[in-house]
Amino acid sequence: MGGCSRVRNTAAVGLCHGCVFYVTLLPVLPPLQATVLIQSSPGLLGVLWISLRATWDSSPAGLHNDQTTRERQWRRSTLRYQRGHRAEFVRRRVSKAQLKLNIMGNFAANEGLSIFVILVWLGINVFLFVHFYMAFLFDRYYYTRVILGHALSWARAPAACLNFNCMLILLPVCRNLLSFLRGSIQHCSRTAARQLDRNITFHKLVAYMIAFHTAIHIIAHLFNFERFMDSQLMINSSSLPYVLSQIGNNDNRSYLNPIRSNETNPTIVMFTSIAGLTGVVITLALILIITSSMEVIRRSYFEVFWFTHHLFIVFFIGLVLHGAGCIVRGQTIESEKVHNPIECHSQFETWGQNGTNCPEPVFAGNPPMTWKWVVGPMFLYVCERLVRFYRSQQKVVITKVVMHPSKTLELQMKKKGFKMEVGQYVFIQCPSISQLEWHPFTLTSAPEEDHLSVHIRIVGDWTQAIYTACGGDKTVVLDAWTLPKMAVDGPFGTASEDVFRYEVVMLVGAGIGVTPFASVLKSVWYKHVQENKNVFTKKIYFYWLCPETQAFEWFADLLQSLERQMTEKNMSDFLSYNIYLTRWKDAEAAHLRVQYEAEDDPITGLKQKTRYGKPNWENEFSAIATQHPGSKVGVFLCGPTALATALGKQCHSHTESGAEFIFNKENF
Amino acid sequence: MGKIEWAMWANEQALAAGLIYATGGIVGVAGQFRGWQFAAFGIAAGVFVCLLEYPRSKRAKGTSVERTGQYCFTVCVKAFGPLTRNYYFRAFLHAALCVPGGFMLATVLGSVCLAIASLIYLSAAIHGEHWEPILPRTEPPKRVGESIKEPPQNPPPRPPPELRRKKVDNLETAAYDNPMSVTINE
Repeated sequence: MGGCSRVRNTAAVGLCHGCVFYVTLLPVLPPLQATVLIQSSPGLLGVLWISLRATWDSSPAGLHNDQTTRERQWRRSTLRYQRGHRAEFVRRRVSKAQLKLNIMGNFAANEGLSIFVILVWLGINVFLFVHFYMAFLFDRYYYTRVILGHALSWARAPAACLNFNCMLILLPVCRNLLSFLRGSIQHCSRTAARQLDRNITFHKLVAYMIAFHTAIHIIAHLFNFERFMDSQLMINSSSLPYVLSQIGNNDNRSYLNPIRSNETNPTIVMFTSIAGLTGVVITLALILIITSSMEVIRRSYFEVFWFTHHLFIVFFIGLVLHGAGCIVRGQTIESEKVHNPIECHSQFETWGQNGTNCPEPVFAGNPPMTWKWVVGPMFLYVCERLVRFYRSQQKVVITKVVMHPSKTLELQMKKKGFKMEVGQYVFIQCPSISQLEWHPFTLTSAPEEDHLSVHIRIVGDWTQAIYTACGGDKTVVLDAWTLPKMAVDGPFGTASEDVFRYEVVMLVGAGIGVTPFASVLKSVWYKHVQENKNVFTKKIYFYWLCPETQAFEWFADLLQSLERQMTEKNMSDFLSYNIYLTRWKDAEAAHLRVQYEAEDDPITGLKQKTRYGKPNWENEFSAIATQHPGSKVGVFLCGPTALATALGKQCHSHTESGAEFIFNKENF
Repeated sequence: MGKIEWAMWANEQALAAGLIYATGGIVGVAGQFRGWQFAAFGIAAGVFVCLLEYPRSKRAKGTSVERTGQYCFTVCVKAFGPLTRNYYFRAFLHAALCVPGGFMLATVLGSVCLAIASLIYLSAAIHGEHWEPILPRTEPPKRVGESIKEPPQNPPPRPPPELRRKKVDNLETAAYDNPMSVTINE
């Protein structure tokens, strides 16, 4: 799909961090160490690794895998114990510790809230698991445990966690609800609002937890079914499980063993009981959802992912019905008053006979509980879909269609009452192409403009259909009424207003990742020029890494017009942009060599020349640091993770020398 | 649904099914359930399916992403030639493997998942897809540009640069362009 691939701080690290909680629980709950360890061992290693790294990082003599040039130089200088150098050694050592504190402070500020949320979530999971495990160890289930052993608890505990997680999984995908929350939270804390951008990460974490608990639940129930079957087959009246299984043969209500006869087998019982049948159906739905959500499938064949994901409807219906058969049975309260299992279990041969004080125990099932957990989120999700539907009915008019030669389509639209901020994205639907598909695109227009615009790259079916519907393959001008009807949902995403909080800004975009910056640049320009506001941002360094020349065209237009306007206003040094062509062919290279002396760049037509290859970040950061000593430089990136790591390192290593580089990777 | 290559999804589904089949089998054997022989078969079938499905096929269009360490599996699977290349055969193989799992509760889930994977493979085969191994590309040896046929063997018939450097006042008598900029004698 077109649109920016949003770099998120996908913290699978979150799971790892949560296990600190587990480690502190270990001495408190000895019988459940196994559970805790199983759930935490992969994460425990993660925690150890991360905490070790943090400790190593803070000690100057620690062994680093990724030493930067500056660190190597620093270490070399410490070997020379001359007076002058030693003073320098002391000075730099202090600043390095200070730097580490700054980094950890930055890290805590950025990540602290999400780590806290993950810890709370894991803590609730552990609590539910332990609580419901213990709940089935009471006397009420004594006879059930005679047949099943601890497998009963092992099945019920993950069931409780499943209730909790199935409740949570619907919430992060209610994006209109989240937008509403974000709007309210944004005034209090931008960091908190930005956590809401990680909703899909949380959704995935909860999904993994659901899969994990489903596995435990199913395995425990396999043992349960087997043991129930075994006790029906012990046709030998001197065994307690057999006697227990015969209770309720008359009225078919007070029974304990859900397998009522010995002429069946567990597979048939499973398919003929509500719990078993719904269990199979929802597990299949879950497996299909998970396999079609694998990254490979999701990125390449989005439609398969999206349509299969709608099996969640089957999942939730089956989930609510799963407990309707009341298959988990324990002694009734009245029966417990007259028949104490601890005393009576050894006299099972004489239950109910004259002269004993142990009548036959009576069993009943628990009513289904799951609906209480999931009805709220299901209602919220239904509301969410209704809101999306309502928004899709709002009138959106296409005012301008621009075909850029690089298979990029620009759509300018107007929608009544649409308010946006820089860096946000919208979902676009075209009913004439597909009723069900909503595709996200970053907005490339500025809030100060009167229309909203998106740049759509034509890569798949849907984008190709949009291209045809908007007259891409025709050369005549189309009338406005022939253009297709569109629906726009949004805007979503935390606004990137942080860009305007820095005096000096570095914007780095890779490929199509430059799209949110179009909005930023336009907005800054409007603020400067048209509204005459006192804009805090004084200088923007813009880097665009592009693999091929065709991708330049539409953005180059924007940069050209900005360049022209800046020259008119005598502000040519406000924006300094560097375009890097990272891949080129030999034929092009020959042409470019010939054109070297031309005034305008042969590719983009801009005054500043296109560069070739990848930028040398070391030099760039040093140059900026020397140009703006003592100021805070905000670095914003929209691009691949590898680039994020590289830039993050550069920010850390260059922050010592006067200018402070703050890497914002949450925003895009 | 557009240009979906069904085999990609069938591959993920079959891999998951193999794992579930094997896990169900392990539970059946470890718990010594009735019909544990089916469970033992489930383990074998599950492991076999995992090994067969682990190497991803090369996509007809677009970049293929390998699974970690799949190269040795690719080589093994490739060795079977048309048996593994053809998806009809794979669909029928999975359908055959999933039948014994239906006889025991522990392996039923794996069996049904494998049946679904078999159906998706059938769909892939009907769409004409087949399995292609992802092999590492051998780089063509770096060739010098076409215009350089052979580098020269002998040095050019010119005196060394020091003697060639002309004096400034003698510039107009220079017979050819100087290879280095003309300067006053350093």
